[in-house]
Amino acid sequence: MAAILLIEDDPLVRRGLQLALNRHGHAVRTADTGEHGLRQFHSERPELVVLDLMLPGLDGFGVCRRIRADGDVPVIILTARGDDFDVVGGLEAGADDYVVKPARPTVLDARIRAVLRRTSTPDGVREYGGLRVDRTALTVSLRGEPVMLTPTELRLLLTLSRSPGRVFSRQQLLEEVWEQDYLGDSRLVDNCVQRLRLKIEDGSAPPSYVQTVRGFGYRFGPL
Amino acid sequence: MGPWPRGLRARLLVAFVLVTVLGAAAAAWSGAGSASTALVASAEQRLTEGLTGRIDAVTPQLPHPPDRDALDRLRAAAGPDTLVTYRNLRSADGDGTGLVTGELRTAVRTRHELVTQRITADGRPWLLIGTPVVITAPDGARTPSGIEVYSVHDLTGVERQIGGLAAAAAGTAALALPPAVLLALLASRSVLRPVRRLRDTAQRLADGDLGARLPPRGADELAELTATVNGMAESLQTSMTAMRRMQADARRFAADVSHELRTPLSTLTAVVEVLATAADGMPADARESAELAITETHRLVRLVEDLMEVSRFDAGTARLRLEETELTGAVRDCLRARGWLDRVDVEAPEEIRLRLDRRRLDVIMANLAGNALRHGGPPVRIRLSASREQVRAEVTDGGPGLPEQVVPQVFDRFYKADAVRTRTPGSGLGLAIALENARLHGGDLTAGNADGAGARFVLRLPRDGAVGVNGADGEDG
Repeated sequence: MAAILLIEDDPLVRRGLQLALNRHGHAVRTADTGEHGLRQFHSERPELVVLDLMLPGLDGFGVCRRIRADGDVPVIILTARGDDFDVVGGLEAGADDYVVKPARPTVLDARIRAVLRRTSTPDGVREYGGLRVDRTALTVSLRGEPVMLTPTELRLLLTLSRSPGRVFSRQQLLEEVWEQDYLGDSRLVDNCVQRLRLKIEDGSAPPSYVQTVRGFGYRFGPL
Repeated sequence: MGPWPRGLRARLLVAFVLVTVLGAAAAAWSGAGSASTALVASAEQRLTEGLTGRIDAVTPQLPHPPDRDALDRLRAAAGPDTLVTYRNLRSADGDGTGLVTGELRTAVRTRHELVTQRITADGRPWLLIGTPVVITAPDGARTPSGIEVYSVHDLTGVERQIGGLAAAAAGTAALALPPAVLLALLASRSVLRPVRRLRDTAQRLADGDLGARLPPRGADELAELTATVNGMAESLQTSMTAMRRMQADARRFAADVSHELRTPLSTLTAVVEVLATAADGMPADARESAELAITETHRLVRLVEDLMEVSRFDAGTARLRLEETELTGAVRDCLRARGWLDRVDVEAPEEIRLRLDRRRLDVIMANLAGNALRHGGPPVRIRLSASREQVRAEVTDGGPGLPEQVVPQVFDRFYKADAVRTRTPGSGLGLAIALENARLHGGDLTAGNADGAGARFVLRLPRDGAVGVNGADGEDG
């Protein structure tokens, strides 16, 4: 199904997840440290990275940031439930989603497929001020300059801009963009919005494209 | 004295002032009393001596028996306001002589000596002096002449002096009042300051600052009390420290154990699914073994997760992540996710908005509804209601209800009401965690039985977004 790079330090967990993901039809390469993982990432060019946060040496956050700096390959982090700091740190480092350990392979597989599916129904090119969204080619440019978005960021932008001016609650966005079960973490949305703003807004406050509606959620425009 | 004032300070003040002022007043009064007695005595002495002196000067020249004229001369010599009698002869002068009492005259006649009497007439005090006139012959023989002299003296002046003395006494007592109050304040402060310091120390101890001590001063009862309190605090601190350390060790151990268990569980979780998918090709006993391994692995995961959760509450590291939530929808989501929507009846108003931690609410409601479905029986109902201060979620079931002796224990860890530890999917920590989650929100969770039958659990959450808020509330991106 997909070429996945799994970075996990515990050999038995690594092997167990590899076996299980293989069962789900993924081709899984593994690495036992962040440094090895990054080397593999550059040589293998996986479609998606599953990343344990607790790594010896260069930790998951660092690995995640470097992968992000390199492009828009999606990253799913493995984190221990309730270690809120981990979740927030991982999302801020640019992860697309997270799965709580011990992760059931079926759940992990569902998340992997959801992240990889984050493309939208094509319906042409739209211009919003200086922002140009090509819904067919799935490219975004700002004042003529191409903008590199991760699948999640792109899907968030496509979802919001589909109905400019409509307010989406974080819950709705979780269901639409992440295809998350109802208890998904609303910080997924907030973090993704922040990253998206960094790429498409001109830095002036308040943001003009992705606007916050206090107490409700987000909307695209009105410009 | 009305009701005895409350508070040591007030009592000390009142007692001190009373003692001082009463003492001063008593001293002043007794002083004034003896002074007034002396005043009256000296006035009396002065008057009688003057009278007898004047009478003695005239007496030798009086004829005997005296005639009217002689009496007049004697009266003139004796001074104003006098009355002189001899048998039936009277010579009176002034208007005060009517005051002479029969009593006095009888006394003079029978005792043959000078008699004084004090009376009050016309609202004024008077001194009456009555004396028989004695004739002293040249040979020194003294014979009564039968003449009696009475004189009347107004004592108002003396009385006024005495009044002045009393006023002075009252003034003295009044003068004693401000210094008495001042002294009492000083004294009460010197007594109460150590008491107050002791109270503050006790308060700090009560507030959990077991390091609070008071340096003992002096060797009085207060110093003994201070030493006792210090000793008490010392032993309290020692035992508390030991207990805390043991508790912290136990908690850390629980947290460490559950953390360590997670790694092998991650592996197990990953591989049992592989087993499950391969189970079809296995012999029956191997397939059943694989299924058991899967079930038990998931149970173990639940248990470890719950243990982690509990140890986070214990360590005080549980954090609320509040977000604006619509309660009715959130409860329905919780039921929907577990496929219970058609087995649980939800009565709720259209919309209840409040800030809460969605995940924790989900944990609570899933636990209550799950228990009602598993241990109770249909119909399982959830009633939601809201007031301005709080929201209320009531979960009832149609089962036999909670036995009386079970109610106080349902929130205990690993407490399972079923006497036979039937293999329920629960970890035995569910209700304990639900309660902790409610408390974390500043609310509570109570257990009991409904009026009809069946168990009833009531969750109350405050509307004002609870306490100890931290973490991202996702209000702005």
